[in-house]
Amino acid sequence: MLENAWVIPALPVLSFFIILFFGKRLPKGGAWVGVAAVALAFGLSVVAVGQWISRPATLEVATHHGSEGEGQTVEGDDPAHGAAEGEHDAVREPVRREVTWFSNGPIDIKVGTHIDGLAVAMLFVVTTIAFAVHVFSTNYMADDVRITHYFAALSLFTAGMLVMVTASTTLLLLFGWEAMGLCSFMLIGHWWEKHENSSAALKAFFTTRTGDIGLLVGISILFFAAGQTFDIATLNEAALTGAISKGVLTVGAIALFCGVIGKSAQFPLHTWLPDAMAGPTPVSALIHAATMVVAGVYLVARVYGVFWEGFNIAAGGVNLGAVIGGVTVLIAALLAFVQTDIKRVLAYSTVSQLGYMVMALCVGAWTAGVFHLFTHAMFKGLLFLGSGSVSHAVHTFDMREMGGLRKFMPTTYKTFLVGSIALAGLPPLAGFWSKDEILTGASAGGFPIMFWMGVVGAGMTAAYMTRCVWLTFFGEYRGHGHPHESPAAITVPLIALAFLAAVAGFLNAPGVGLFGDWTNNAVTLAAGVEHHAFSPFIAVTSTLVAIAGIGLAALWYVRNAGPHGITERNAAARAGYTFLLNRYYLDHLYTDGIVGSIKGPIARAAYWINQNVIDGIVNGVGIAARKAGNFTYDILDQGMVDGAINGSAAAAGAGGGFLRTTQTGRVQQYAAVLFAATAIFAVVLIVVTI
Amino acid sequence: MILNQFLMLAAVLFCIGVYGVLARRNGVLVLMSIELILNAVNINLIAFGAFHDTIAGQVFALFVIAVAAAEVGVGLAIVLLIYRNRRSVDLTEINMMKG
Repeated sequence: MLENAWVIPALPVLSFFIILFFGKRLPKGGAWVGVAAVALAFGLSVVAVGQWISRPATLEVATHHGSEGEGQTVEGDDPAHGAAEGEHDAVREPVRREVTWFSNGPIDIKVGTHIDGLAVAMLFVVTTIAFAVHVFSTNYMADDVRITHYFAALSLFTAGMLVMVTASTTLLLLFGWEAMGLCSFMLIGHWWEKHENSSAALKAFFTTRTGDIGLLVGISILFFAAGQTFDIATLNEAALTGAISKGVLTVGAIALFCGVIGKSAQFPLHTWLPDAMAGPTPVSALIHAATMVVAGVYLVARVYGVFWEGFNIAAGGVNLGAVIGGVTVLIAALLAFVQTDIKRVLAYSTVSQLGYMVMALCVGAWTAGVFHLFTHAMFKGLLFLGSGSVSHAVHTFDMREMGGLRKFMPTTYKTFLVGSIALAGLPPLAGFWSKDEILTGASAGGFPIMFWMGVVGAGMTAAYMTRCVWLTFFGEYRGHGHPHESPAAITVPLIALAFLAAVAGFLNAPGVGLFGDWTNNAVTLAAGVEHHAFSPFIAVTSTLVAIAGIGLAALWYVRNAGPHGITERNAAARAGYTFLLNRYYLDHLYTDGIVGSIKGPIARAAYWINQNVIDGIVNGVGIAARKAGNFTYDILDQGMVDGAINGSAAAAGAGGGFLRTTQTGRVQQYAAVLFAATAIFAVVLIVVTI
Repeated sequence: MILNQFLMLAAVLFCIGVYGVLARRNGVLVLMSIELILNAVNINLIAFGAFHDTIAGQVFALFVIAVAAAEVGVGLAIVLLIYRNRRSVDLTEINMMKG
């Protein structure tokens, strides 16, 4: 399966075309084609996981000081790391399979699959969530008018992500990346009849495009820097061995990071993600848990050599990625407190958790970042599908019209609670282990600021999830109608994901460390990424902070303690609240500040240039052309060309008129001329011969 | 053999012929003058042929006679047609081909 991993992305692509062309004639709009394809892809991914785990670790990697193996060294490395890394000398060799897409001169542009632990983990995550979402959608979207288009786009979306995670070249990675961008546009704007939905789709598309410019620039820079190849393995190796200069790597990493900021909704381009809630809820689950937004995180993890050297992660302190990640953690968590829409709470939570992942990768905690991606996919997929189940029952996403739902929807309630606790980071559920690893990595990697940002973020996460769960499931029901538990097609995926969210964390728990072993690879080893030991102090701290967050939120919402109504009484508090409600005015900045300034002065400047410069050029060219035309007509055409023709005709006429006089028609005159000429020629002949 | 007498005779005949062609106004007489010119040439051919002891001159003379017969045939036919149309064979009046 590892050699033929291309089959896994190919299945959803196939289902996309089948649904697109025949979906309308199939029962249920072809939904079951999509479900079957993704189920098959899921099964194959599980097989791939099994094969990867049972694959012997044969690839020797020199971790330090250029000893044997691949010959990869890291300059300025700390010799003290050597002993701790000794046991990780051998890793599972990646399975590669490539074909030449096209050749341009001496450059072969290849496409293919590069299957290693990271790719296998991502395959598992993506197909798991996609499978759950597909099953969920068969019920949730059953009555939709465009169910065929919905499932076609869903298949293509899954395919895009699967292509991206298996890609062996940055070019193919970009291909999957952009396919997802297109599909997110189609799916977020699925109900485009409402103007705000199509606006949200456009916003998501344009905002991610803004970052994608950087991605394109970065890929181009690294293509030339790595010796005209798109190959990711070569790129990582070149970055780590110092074949690419530090300056180029920094520029390349920053450019790539722009793409990450856009796609993974990092500050300051996170604004599109909450608006992307306009799409159907299963799509939100897919976008937030397994695809699209984690694409950026995956990109960082995949071309880690570039980021490691470009951001100088080994040095500790601060770097661009860690700062952006840390800031994103906090500002998104703050925003989650003032949302009334349950999906928006989860959306800001996603932004915040993505900040964790990016921060983790950029503080050198590679395994922790990838592991958090893995666990987050499980519980965030669960939470989104849970919110979909809730809205299925109460027909709204507004938490002010919910409340007390645990009595009506016990299964949804229990699974949602599992997801919330996992997200809040309470042991022993999944979120605890991955978040703890991130904090450990930040602390031990020499990033104290990011460590404290992460700790504060953990407390806030626990608090806003408490608020969310309380408003939704506890208290009195404040809505209308009669809520009911959702059917099996919705609850079964919830239960399955709840199980995963509960146990996934143990994969990399202290003393187990399976996930770290499976995803271990030559790049992180060569870079010298450390695997920090479990720290009881940090684990206790983060747990206590999370419990404190839950406790404070419970005091506020359940006991109704604390300064309620302070936003009405205190100007400073009201200002802060308004600031949050308006999402830091970032949207205003973008629409009014940036777009407005472009619309205003730049548009006027463009108009002026259009009127004066461009029109001037055009008119000047026109006038010059007319003058040239007149000159050509008068002088050249009429004067010279016609003159020559008329002159030759007149000369011919004159010559003809002259010769005409000799043509008398009198035969004896002709004869006289004939004899005279003969006589003359005879005389000439005689003279010449003598 | 004395060549000069023959050449003189031919030259005289040739000049008479040229005079006839240029000076006579009657078309038939012009044709006859052309015959004189041709026969002057024939005399030359035969004289030179005999002088050089070859029959090539006689062959050419026969050839010229044959062509002259054809030429006179065509010429007389033209003159006859002109006469039929204009009741005259005066060459000075026939200038329809004037340019």
